[in-house]
Amino acid sequence: MSQSVAVNSNLDFVVRDHHAPNGTLLGFWLYLMSDCLVFAALFATYGVLSQSYAGGPTGAELFDLPLVALNTAFLLFSSITYGFAMLQMQQGKKHGTMIWLGITGLFGAAFLAVELYEFYHLIHIGAGPQRSAFLSSFFALVGTHGLHVMIGLIWLVTLLFQLSKHGLIQENRRRLFCLSMFWHFLDVIWIGVFTFVYLMGSMT
Amino acid sequence: MSESFDLGKLIFGRLTLESFPFHDPIIVATFIMVALGGSALLVAVTRAGLWGYLWREWFTSIDHKRIGVMYMILGIVMLLRGFADAIMMRLHQAMAFGDSMGYLPPDHYDQIFTAHGVIMIFFVAMPFVVGLMNYMVPLQIGARDVAFPFLNNFSFWMTASGAILVMLSLFVGEFAKSGWLAYPPLTGILQSPGVGVDYYIWALQIAGVGTLLSGVNFVVTIIKMRAPGMTLMKMPVFVWTSLCTNILIVAAFPVLTAVLAMLSLDRYLDMNFFTNDLGGNAMMYVNLIWIWGHPEVYILILPVFGVFSEIVATYSGKRLFGYSSMVYATVVITILSYLVWLHHFFTMGSGATVNSFFGITTMIISIPTGAKVFNWLFTMYRGRIRFDVPMLWTVGFMVTFVIGGMTGVLLAVPPADFVLHNSLFLIAHFHNVIIGGVVFGVFAAITYWYPKVTGYKIDEFWGKLTFWFWLLGFYLAFMPLYVLGLMGVTRRMSQFDDPSLQIWFQIALVGAILIGIGIFCFLMQFYVSYRKRDQLRDETGDPWDGRTLEWSTTSPPPQYNFAFTPRVYDNDAWWQMKANGYQHPKEGFLPIHMPKNTAAGIVIAGISTVLGFALIWHMWLIAGLSFVGLIGAIIAHSFNYKRDYYIPAEEVATVELQRREVIA
Repeated sequence: MSQSVAVNSNLDFVVRDHHAPNGTLLGFWLYLMSDCLVFAALFATYGVLSQSYAGGPTGAELFDLPLVALNTAFLLFSSITYGFAMLQMQQGKKHGTMIWLGITGLFGAAFLAVELYEFYHLIHIGAGPQRSAFLSSFFALVGTHGLHVMIGLIWLVTLLFQLSKHGLIQENRRRLFCLSMFWHFLDVIWIGVFTFVYLMGSMT
Repeated sequence: MSESFDLGKLIFGRLTLESFPFHDPIIVATFIMVALGGSALLVAVTRAGLWGYLWREWFTSIDHKRIGVMYMILGIVMLLRGFADAIMMRLHQAMAFGDSMGYLPPDHYDQIFTAHGVIMIFFVAMPFVVGLMNYMVPLQIGARDVAFPFLNNFSFWMTASGAILVMLSLFVGEFAKSGWLAYPPLTGILQSPGVGVDYYIWALQIAGVGTLLSGVNFVVTIIKMRAPGMTLMKMPVFVWTSLCTNILIVAAFPVLTAVLAMLSLDRYLDMNFFTNDLGGNAMMYVNLIWIWGHPEVYILILPVFGVFSEIVATYSGKRLFGYSSMVYATVVITILSYLVWLHHFFTMGSGATVNSFFGITTMIISIPTGAKVFNWLFTMYRGRIRFDVPMLWTVGFMVTFVIGGMTGVLLAVPPADFVLHNSLFLIAHFHNVIIGGVVFGVFAAITYWYPKVTGYKIDEFWGKLTFWFWLLGFYLAFMPLYVLGLMGVTRRMSQFDDPSLQIWFQIALVGAILIGIGIFCFLMQFYVSYRKRDQLRDETGDPWDGRTLEWSTTSPPPQYNFAFTPRVYDNDAWWQMKANGYQHPKEGFLPIHMPKNTAAGIVIAGISTVLGFALIWHMWLIAGLSFVGLIGAIIAHSFNYKRDYYIPAEEVATVELQRREVIA
């Protein structure tokens, strides 16, 4: 990663490693911004279709706010525990990192379980994604977020294996940073979902 | 009995023997030709014992130069398919008047115009443009490779995977009959129950992953890996336009992914985003697809603006006129390209206020574009112009593109658009800017950079022939469409009543045939140049007296591009180095850190192709297995930590001294 300038560099040329410093982090951040635009398109669609009930149930009738608040708490706590994992990583403590990562994963799994229960419940009472455009856009937006959490969990477990195998080497630190950005990004998106879909939906 | 039937359904889904279009003699004949040609190629490669070489040196290569060449080859192959569609349409329309139904059934005709548009944009223009950036951007910024060499290989194979799915649709099932943007509700499950739209969706989704990742890759490469001293305002213009293009890719392609995902939810899970009932809103689709679609046309045109800037400066022997205005114009176009999408559907009821806003933003884009044209003209002014083939393409482009730009401004006026929309005038306009812009630019770039890639120039006679046939063919093929459009002829019609229109379609057919000869000459120039490679050889690495860093290394460049990273002091870095009497270093070589080849890209993309095919045909068992395989392959790849190696200093020294010896 370092830009080593050797003795035989001169005015015409330099000798250096071809790796870009922090290139992966910038690249991953750009990917997240592109992912953010996927969500932007889904939010926009939800914004347009959120009143298209087609005679079916409305958000106010369907949303169980206490349950969603609990779910929000799970996800926000998981971001905090991920932060603890990163602190442990910076102190070079492999086991601490893995323990906090594990706790993060459990919170994430709890979030997914509650979300799946919510979906199951909605489909069960006849408010599945086929019922109206409102429900299609609701399931697509919330479901895409859930799918991302699912991918994050698979990644997290993979990373636990890689950490136990290779320890806190440079590559693994970089991966931990990337997953960290991914995880916090999903948190930010969820805050948008909670406010825009659930809170505002319950008011209308 | 019923159980075994279900098993067949689980494995083969909707695919039955009837899915193969045996009833259509045109497709059967095409299939036989493709099968014969394909097996001849396979036999030839096997006989020559080239499979190992191709696998090691090309398919699994993560060298940006090899990947760039593979993109160009993909573009050329798909150009032949796209052109075959075009000439079939031209021939059909020249015939189908009055009592004659032409030779294509309407059903087939609809698939052809859809496939033509999809192929030409996604699998010809995009691979060409991405291929050029792949080869040239790292060389122009003095880097050894791109930021993420593995992703680069993976991106290519995902693009190729999309192309394979489109090609499969010709022989297995059908393609969409909906036009290249697949508007619902026509593409909803009720109106299009077949597999055509599903081929469209999955081909674009898979190729889209590749495009998005290469967008991310190039933004990071350009931001992070420039040679020391190359500040943003010292980057070659091609690098600038590439940067803007890749920012557009990162910012536009996710919207395409999202909107196609919603369309597939409508089709696969009976959701109601864009349906006619239960609250669906098809206008949402039209808006979203054009929020991707308009930036897409700038994704294609901006890099070739960069190409022309490089060429016009080189062949005029002058510094580019108005470098900073060129950069600012590019950035302004990048931003404005997001503020104009609604001009694609002025007539769909947005109202006068909204239409005025988008009409005006559209017209404003012509200002920075006009500034660019003047910059090119002023670069030529009092230059020592050499009319080599790339310069011919450049001048042809300037004339043609200005005409296309002006008809574009006409269409940007909402009242005029109400008359001209959906007519052949529109078709003439966008072919005018895409052929006159993107295609001319790519062909200019191929001729210009060919000696860098192969070590020998393109034969001038066949290069000129290619240019003149394309130029004349273009005007003959598309000027009649302007006339027809002004007379009110709508697009996508498979036959006409009014016999007075026929002559214009016949002229257009002649034009298309001339373009066909142009394509033949385009292929011939590679063959002839290869045969005459010893006469055409360039041993200097700098045949055109170039100005930018790609000309400072040998032709073709060594695997590591530059043994030492050059320091940059000027926009025309190599020009300035030559002026200062630059000497190539002869000693002090050090080991070079390089990324290792990997088969992961082609494997993961291969599994994606299978997954896409299974989803198209509702083969749920195979879809499930290949999905799990896909995730497994990605995880397995992440366990590979040994991704780099060093080229020893002695080897670098040998390669460098050999190459430079030839020059001296």
